[in-house]
Amino acid sequence: MHHFIDRRRNPSGKSLSNRQRLMRRARHYIKQTVDKSVANRSIRDTKDDSHSEHEIVTIPVKGISEPRFVHSSAGGLRHKVFPGNKDFVTGDRLPRPKSNVGGAGSKASKDGEGEDEFSFGLTRNEYLDILFEGLELPDLSKKKMGKQETISLRRGGITTSGSPSNLNLVRTMRHSLGRRIALQRPSTAEIQRLEAQIERLIHIKNPPADISDELKDLRQCLEKIKRRRSVIGFIDPVDLRFNTFRPETRPNYKAVIFCLMDVSGSMQEREKDLAKRFFMLVHLFIESVYAETEIVFIRHTQTAEDVDEETFFYDQQTGGTIVSSALEKMRDIIADRYSPDEWNIYGAQASDGENYSQDSAKCADLLSKVLLPVCQYYAYVEIIPEREKKLLATADAGGELWQAYRRVRQSWPRFDIERVANRNHIYPLFRTLFSPKLTGSGV
Amino acid sequence: MKSQKKMTPLFTGCSWSFDLLGQAHDAISKIALDELKLDIYPNQIEIISAEQMLDAYSCAGLPLMYHHWSFGKRFVRDESNYRRGRSGLAYEIVINSNPCISYNMEENSMAMQILVMSHAAFGHNHFFKNNYLFRDWTDASSIHDYLAFAKSFIAQCEQEYGEEEVEAVLDAAHALQDQGVFRYGRVAQPTTKEGEAMQLLRDQYANQKSVLDLWTDRNFGTCEPHENLTEIDVAERRKGMQLPEENILYFLEKHSPILKPWQRQVIRIVGFLAQYLYPQKQTKVINEGCATFVHHYIINRLYETGQITQGTFLEIIHNHTNVITQPEFDSPRFSGINPYALGFAMMEDIRRICENPTREDREWFPTFAGNNDWASVLRDAWRNYRDDSFILQFLSPHLIRKFKLFAITDNAKQPNLIVSQIHNREGYRNIRRLLAKSYDLAFLEPDIQVVDANMSGDRELKLNHTVHDGIQLETHNRVEVLRHIKQLWGYEVRLTGRDQKSGDVCYESATAVTAE
Repeated sequence: MHHFIDRRRNPSGKSLSNRQRLMRRARHYIKQTVDKSVANRSIRDTKDDSHSEHEIVTIPVKGISEPRFVHSSAGGLRHKVFPGNKDFVTGDRLPRPKSNVGGAGSKASKDGEGEDEFSFGLTRNEYLDILFEGLELPDLSKKKMGKQETISLRRGGITTSGSPSNLNLVRTMRHSLGRRIALQRPSTAEIQRLEAQIERLIHIKNPPADISDELKDLRQCLEKIKRRRSVIGFIDPVDLRFNTFRPETRPNYKAVIFCLMDVSGSMQEREKDLAKRFFMLVHLFIESVYAETEIVFIRHTQTAEDVDEETFFYDQQTGGTIVSSALEKMRDIIADRYSPDEWNIYGAQASDGENYSQDSAKCADLLSKVLLPVCQYYAYVEIIPEREKKLLATADAGGELWQAYRRVRQSWPRFDIERVANRNHIYPLFRTLFSPKLTGSGV
Repeated sequence: MKSQKKMTPLFTGCSWSFDLLGQAHDAISKIALDELKLDIYPNQIEIISAEQMLDAYSCAGLPLMYHHWSFGKRFVRDESNYRRGRSGLAYEIVINSNPCISYNMEENSMAMQILVMSHAAFGHNHFFKNNYLFRDWTDASSIHDYLAFAKSFIAQCEQEYGEEEVEAVLDAAHALQDQGVFRYGRVAQPTTKEGEAMQLLRDQYANQKSVLDLWTDRNFGTCEPHENLTEIDVAERRKGMQLPEENILYFLEKHSPILKPWQRQVIRIVGFLAQYLYPQKQTKVINEGCATFVHHYIINRLYETGQITQGTFLEIIHNHTNVITQPEFDSPRFSGINPYALGFAMMEDIRRICENPTREDREWFPTFAGNNDWASVLRDAWRNYRDDSFILQFLSPHLIRKFKLFAITDNAKQPNLIVSQIHNREGYRNIRRLLAKSYDLAFLEPDIQVVDANMSGDRELKLNHTVHDGIQLETHNRVEVLRHIKQLWGYEVRLTGRDQKSGDVCYESATAVTAE
């Protein structure tokens, strides 16, 4: 009469589509939380996938309330029964309690449902999805699409001719079998049977007439069968089938990000922190678009070095500032390791805007002649002290490097420069850099 | 206690296996059917993981459900509470269906599996199959088909008309779930096939109906003003729409001038499910009491006959005790009367009255005091009562004293609360009556009815809320729900609250005003 079923192996995620519907409905609130969260994250968090698994999002009840007709919790005449009387007798008067405790006059929460606002964790993908909603990678490769493509082979069906190495055995044998059955090709078993019979008869000494007749018949029969077998081949050229492959061009999905940072003495913790956040966002975003991404960290003082992430962000350095050294380094690394034919190259540079005085022109030159032609996009972020934020409110004002870069920008839409003074501006800045309108003007 | 030859224990370890579960089920079944004479649907027991339990939670425990964000909300909330350890999960969920499906958690120990099986697969199962509310109002054998139909129908609508369109209708219909049930008289429920055929007919009819209405309405655009209508005309009009009607969902489904056929079907589905779950809302105490009493009896018998070890017995009793704990009103853990505690105590009390009645019991319960066949008295109670009637009939003075029940009167017009009844001779009946009333859905849920709609006039839908004891509706919710009704009705909606005794208008709320 009983019947046990093990459901544990059933596919999970039954509530997934309900969850997505909830996310869609509460998108507005979730987005607010996510945007806020960016300001307070460290780049280490985003590096460590397991850690960033759950971004906690809080949705106010208002956003997702389910109204019902419910009695209000105050007013009117009510009787309620409670357990655990200690010393009350009929007619006792009690002050109306203010709080929920013990409450005949208990107040449910304001919405009448007794529901609090609630929080839940977003998965990494949901988080990134919302974080980068509406953003696009500047798709500037259109002009030189050919360069951005790789050629790969793709199955192109079955044909009747081709090279032996592409022979499709299953199909070939299937046709062969069908043909052999249709043309009634004698089987090996049949021949063996006849041969065995003949063998048996041969060994009879002084065979009577009927046996020699039979032997003769069998031999004729065997010969006929053998001839038939040789005429109807086991595999005939009409059976042959070959796989074909079509070359197909595919857009290139490999990307490399160059993070360039000034680490000279003028870059303090604050500046580095802001730069870090900017690089983190660029990395997260590009990573969410490309299947394969690599990052190159180049730090520079008066000389540039290709370093690992740890050193890049946390190692102290002192010295002067020659920005072009980093750009030269980037150029060399591209030539060395990342052929523009194969890689989508992105550059992100952060600096406090100081540079050795004659160097800025050289930087502009390097950028427009060498780097920008091979880059998909290059963003420069200048980190300025908060007090200068007002002074440098317009793009016209600014140091030598800024001015040089501004000139470059006029001829290169895939190059962008921005200023940032505090942590909360990083994300909006990032959004302006990567908003689709830029693409429109760029192409 | 009955002495019996001791048997060997079914198991000694703590982990379960399907073989053990099968043996335990048979042992339980023997006690339940032979001694308690329970009458149950065949059991289908499914072992599920914690995540699947959360899935089931989010959809009111139903095995199949259409998609809606509110289920996602429940899921997300329960999941995060569970993950952070704020709340545990139920050991089981049981569904009123034939065969009776219960979901048992994989994490339960063997002892817990026995408790859970006795509780759900026998206790609840018997209640579902026998209680008059479930027999009259739900069809256990067709619920699966219906849920499958509902899910696929709504998925189909989402494909055809877009998720947002469907969501809007579902949101509005969900807001009216509590007003989407018939409380009196049974409606015949169509089977899935009939439902689909009906939907087809409706689609065809509705394609032509709006045109038909337009051409056959001779008064169209030349409506007489309200004043000219006589009382009789109004009464006639209301009769035509079978008003008053308290099932607002049903009324909208039948009479809304703007809904498309698929929207009516969506509303119908929501109404059907509300109706299906309605008996459960009315039988919390008696249903849980029944299941708890049954598992308690079975566990004790299993122990007495030596089929479970002392360790197992103690583990189960420990859980049992947690479940039936009733904190007192001044305890920080108090959150109302625990239905498990009250139900179980009342049923144990019935058994006591049958076996060892006092003079008081004989006086209060002459029909069954001293009747040694307590099992049949209980089966009769499980069959024919719901929470309020069960309490009204069976709550004994003994139990009122044991729980030390007292009643508080909260009159908003007076500054203080008054202790109106305590567990004394004068108070027994009143406490019993008040407690029963606090389980009566007719008082718990607002009494709101559709009273009129002038279809050849402004088409404003008029709702009437009968205000009992001056208890009004929570305003924010009221406004929101009216907006939802307006969306389904297509025209303005006006809700009037009238005092039950005097008939005076307490308040008026209309969408036309709130929109301004």
